[in-house]
Amino acid sequence: MLGRNEVDLERSAADLSVRGADGLVRCFSCDLEQVDTFASAIGSAREALGGLDAVVVSAGIFATQEELEADPVLAERLVRVNFSNTVMFCEAAKKVLLDEGGGTLCVFSSVAGERGRKPVIIYGAAKAGLTRYLEGLDHKHRADGLRVITVKPGFVKTSMTAGLSPPPFAGEPDAVAARVLSAIDRGAPVVYAPAPWRYIMAIIRAMPRAIMRRVEF
Amino acid sequence: MSSRYTTGAMGEPPLSTISGWGRHSAQGRERVGEDLERISANVSLSRGLGRSYGDASLPSPDAPDVLNTTYADRILRFDEDTGLFRAESGFALSELNRLFMPRGWFTPVSPGTKFVTLGGMVAADVHGKNQHCDGNFGDHVTSLKMRVADGRVLECSPEQHSDLFKATIGGMGLTGHILEVEFGLQSIPSQWIWQESRRIHDIDEFQESLESAAPNWPYTMGWIDGLARGSRTGRGTLMCGRWADPEQAPPKPPKTRFRPRLRFDWPSWILNRATIRIFNELYYRKQWRRVSCGIVSHESFYYPLDAIRSWNRMYGRRGFTQYQCVLPREAGRSSARRVLEVLTARGGASFLCVIKDFGREGRGVLSFPRPGITLALDIAVRDDTQDLVDSLNEQVLQEGGRVYLAKDSFTRREHFEAMEGARLAEFNAIRDRWDPNRRFRSALSVRLLGD
Repeated sequence: MLGRNEVDLERSAADLSVRGADGLVRCFSCDLEQVDTFASAIGSAREALGGLDAVVVSAGIFATQEELEADPVLAERLVRVNFSNTVMFCEAAKKVLLDEGGGTLCVFSSVAGERGRKPVIIYGAAKAGLTRYLEGLDHKHRADGLRVITVKPGFVKTSMTAGLSPPPFAGEPDAVAARVLSAIDRGAPVVYAPAPWRYIMAIIRAMPRAIMRRVEF
Repeated sequence: MSSRYTTGAMGEPPLSTISGWGRHSAQGRERVGEDLERISANVSLSRGLGRSYGDASLPSPDAPDVLNTTYADRILRFDEDTGLFRAESGFALSELNRLFMPRGWFTPVSPGTKFVTLGGMVAADVHGKNQHCDGNFGDHVTSLKMRVADGRVLECSPEQHSDLFKATIGGMGLTGHILEVEFGLQSIPSQWIWQESRRIHDIDEFQESLESAAPNWPYTMGWIDGLARGSRTGRGTLMCGRWADPEQAPPKPPKTRFRPRLRFDWPSWILNRATIRIFNELYYRKQWRRVSCGIVSHESFYYPLDAIRSWNRMYGRRGFTQYQCVLPREAGRSSARRVLEVLTARGGASFLCVIKDFGREGRGVLSFPRPGITLALDIAVRDDTQDLVDSLNEQVLQEGGRVYLAKDSFTRREHFEAMEGARLAEFNAIRDRWDPNRRFRSALSVRLLGD
């Protein structure tokens, strides 16, 4: 496990160990804001585990559109962390996985990247960029044995969305985890989680601009 | 790397309705998150899975924010040799059972539902079918990590800050946020229970049979037909159990069954005297043999009501209350009869009525159990429920008993003060030391403690 808060990582490691992954969990410090930590963190993980089969990237930051409009520094940071730095992390992970002869790179993007929508203009734009990058990566490297999986979570009740009032079809983290695991097993390139968001987003993608301009989601 | 920018966002989200299990509700805001230490800083109450029946997990009107602990559910330590277990307070008993029963471990004390968090089990100092020999959950807790009113995060135990520890067990979350819970698991020989059920003809026989079963069975409880009157008052079924030996038990662990969910509130007329009478008659007749025994799964023995999700919707939109009291041994054999007669005399219909003997006092300052007999009555909320609870409380006061705060939503402050006397004074004194400004409060503490 890689993350920026080592104390917190150790707690999650203890949890996983007691649940059955005893002896298989190691933690290394890595911060998505610091591009120069990526290669060494991934390298340490590879060494500790004796090779890598799959890398799952679920880190990122979130802020509401109002917060981002009020704070340009935060907006710049969010776009950098969620888009360019995540791309750079994937580039580093891709290199290692290809070196291993292939594997799975599973990255959390968002349904927010599907359409330009009023409440998630900046966040959604960064996620849209990430989604396109992952799509291209999958096209290029599937033949080399590298499977790139784009996860598009809808509204999930976690601390990320703690301040927001949940819409219908808001999902639980456990349900999302189960769907993502099954997508990794099947090698499905795109997975919506929880499941109903696939159909909700199909409708939203099909909406004419004239309607999108009028609605508030 | 989830956000640090969401809590305390630009506009506070609007208030929404937060309910207890009996559908009693208040307006508030639930704050959720994995990092309890960070998000508990300015919140005056924690809640877990919301299984307390009344207003214990509801915010007070002047402090609408409640911390929901259910995402803080990591296991932090488990010692295979001693069974010592530590986890974050939002960790649910259902998870503990799922992960640890196959490995031969079980909670030392389990309430009648597995959908409770460790934090809630401590705050209510829950008891189970083994109260008469193993006491309450709090008796098995070795240490708690807490956030207290002055903002400090500290560890408390019987040795360290023992006053805080004693007040927190059974303290209904009013002493601070419980962040982590450490307690000892019990090893079990199988996941099956050897159960004996016995038909009981009246309430006095019930009290006797519970007492005589206590030395022989680690788990006992009884179901009572709350509508039977006169000479049949308190008839029902006594259920006793012990863990089945591996050679008695079926070779495979019990299957997890499909659990239907009630999707809507039943109209309130469905549960009326007639339908409850039919159900009770059938349930009583089910035990047509004087005594029967056999192997049952731990789920059906411990958690029969968990078989239907959201069963509380059966009681309709107005919900229900559970009246649970304990009557001390000194009150004598017929104390339970006198309390039941208050219910039947007022025409109160209780759909579910449970009786159980308690063997010992809890460790917490306000722990509910004490040696004696406990009655738990589910009562649908109607216009006269307040009067009914008042009369029951007056009878319980005469018997020298008290009520269980985790179930309560109708008890008046003067009744509560009369029941708790010296214990309440001790609890208040500890709160004065740790939280003189009463930062921690709930709808229950406003109602019963005058916060």
